[in-house]
Amino acid sequence: MTKSILLAGFGGQGILFSGKFLAYKGLIEGNEVSWLPSYGPEMRGGTCNCSVILSDRQIGSPIVTNPDILIAMNLPSLDKFENAVVPGGQIFVDSTLIERKVNRDDVDVFYIPATRLASENGFQTLANMVMIGHLLSKGDFTRDNIDTAMGKIVSAKRQNLLDSNIAAVELGYNY
Amino acid sequence: MAEKVLMKGNEALAEAAIMAGCRHYFGYPITPQTEIAAYMAKRMPKIGGTFLQAESEIAAINMVYGAAAAGKRAMTSSSSPGIALKSEGLSYLAGSDLPALIINVQRGGPGLGGIQPSQSDYFHATRGAGHGDFHMIVLAPASVQEMVDLTFKGFDLADKYRSPVMLLSDGTMGQMMEPVSLDMGEVKEYDKSSWATNGTKCEREHNVVNSLFIQPDELERYNFERYERYAHIEANEVMYSEYCMDDAEICIVAYGVAARVSQNAVDKAREQGIKVGMIRPITLWPFPKAVLNAAADKVKAFISVELSMGQLIEDVQLATSCKKPVLLCNRTGGMIPTTEDVLASINKANSVGGDK
Repeated sequence: MTKSILLAGFGGQGILFSGKFLAYKGLIEGNEVSWLPSYGPEMRGGTCNCSVILSDRQIGSPIVTNPDILIAMNLPSLDKFENAVVPGGQIFVDSTLIERKVNRDDVDVFYIPATRLASENGFQTLANMVMIGHLLSKGDFTRDNIDTAMGKIVSAKRQNLLDSNIAAVELGYNY
Repeated sequence: MAEKVLMKGNEALAEAAIMAGCRHYFGYPITPQTEIAAYMAKRMPKIGGTFLQAESEIAAINMVYGAAAAGKRAMTSSSSPGIALKSEGLSYLAGSDLPALIINVQRGGPGLGGIQPSQSDYFHATRGAGHGDFHMIVLAPASVQEMVDLTFKGFDLADKYRSPVMLLSDGTMGQMMEPVSLDMGEVKEYDKSSWATNGTKCEREHNVVNSLFIQPDELERYNFERYERYAHIEANEVMYSEYCMDDAEICIVAYGVAARVSQNAVDKAREQGIKVGMIRPITLWPFPKAVLNAAADKVKAFISVELSMGQLIEDVQLATSCKKPVLLCNRTGGMIPTTEDVLASINKANSVGGDK
């Protein structure tokens, strides 16, 4: 069983960070994992994406061209990757920032106003983790190990942000 | 076995260098390898090591020369255009028989090129890393774990053979994160007292580190001696891995990220009933000639999958004496072949292979 996930949005939305969370959660749960960021000009303010693969076997290519799951946090990302998702796959859309609907009818689509929810609950910069929470509840994931995985990726100096990140995941999970 | 942690290739490599006893890092920033320098800048001062951002790549490689001449484990890292600048220093290191580790996290070229992953420095690393008769041992990691393992081994090989060693990586390997174990084992110490210029304390004759030999017969003798060492390396240090080669009729040859993509393509082709396998060189020099030559008697065709315009393919042709056709499956300029690209080449090889 191999899950390939593409997370995409603007630089600064925490796309790479949320991918890292998924990768660490997968590692804790005994999966083979890979995490590959886009790097270069897109890091400096443009669109940004990140490939995460979770598998029960050795991972070949770390590059995700046809994801099972797409998390789209801005319109350019949805435009660019919508058609790349495998038939039967899942698309998660931040409906605060993306006004249009997904055009495909052969994938499962989940709309969540992640940016608005985050903002209303005092987590202005954590829409990414709201998206992840929703992914965990609607996708083929467990609710386990959220705290442990978060503990691994929130740096020692920023431990004060641990609780708010976990709360943002819960917010998306319960939406 | 230590707990596995998720680390970026560049950072894991830097930590492995420190664990291998490297306390002297000299570099100059360039994408996509800057995390190595950043990591060293953070760690080295805490463990009594040297991190120095030089004024240029050329300065950095000559600082490596100095530290290596003093008998210390030293390294530098850069990406393609920066490695080109270090070429003179690489030749001097080889000509002076100095051990050092040089990391090339390749990006697209020629010229300033681009910043996305590439393998187009294959010829540079294996053929023309500088002027004069010399080789470097060239190691090609295909995972973050191998970034670690081969960095550790690279320092050992450098000391063992008194030779510069290059780790030829690419932007993907540098930037990606995978679970990695930093359980490295013991660092083997080598006696460098016969040559290291670390101070005589007025108790011994001067050691001289030098690559200038103005008498041609003397220079020739040194070169002959070095090539005897190279022959020993070729006989003893070849590394490769095989994937699904037992009954293979088509053999992919690929290293680094190209091998990772090819592995997916092998799996997919096998699902279609095509008997394809892969030989992945881990040492690019010395090249795994014998295993490829033996494979040439069994398979009907080879495919060189590479992020360059046909560089690796020449070594495959040489190793197999062109006994079987070698197809090229490649992208360049920062583009990476997809699984489907490789699959298309496998199908082509399956239909044309054996016609030669």
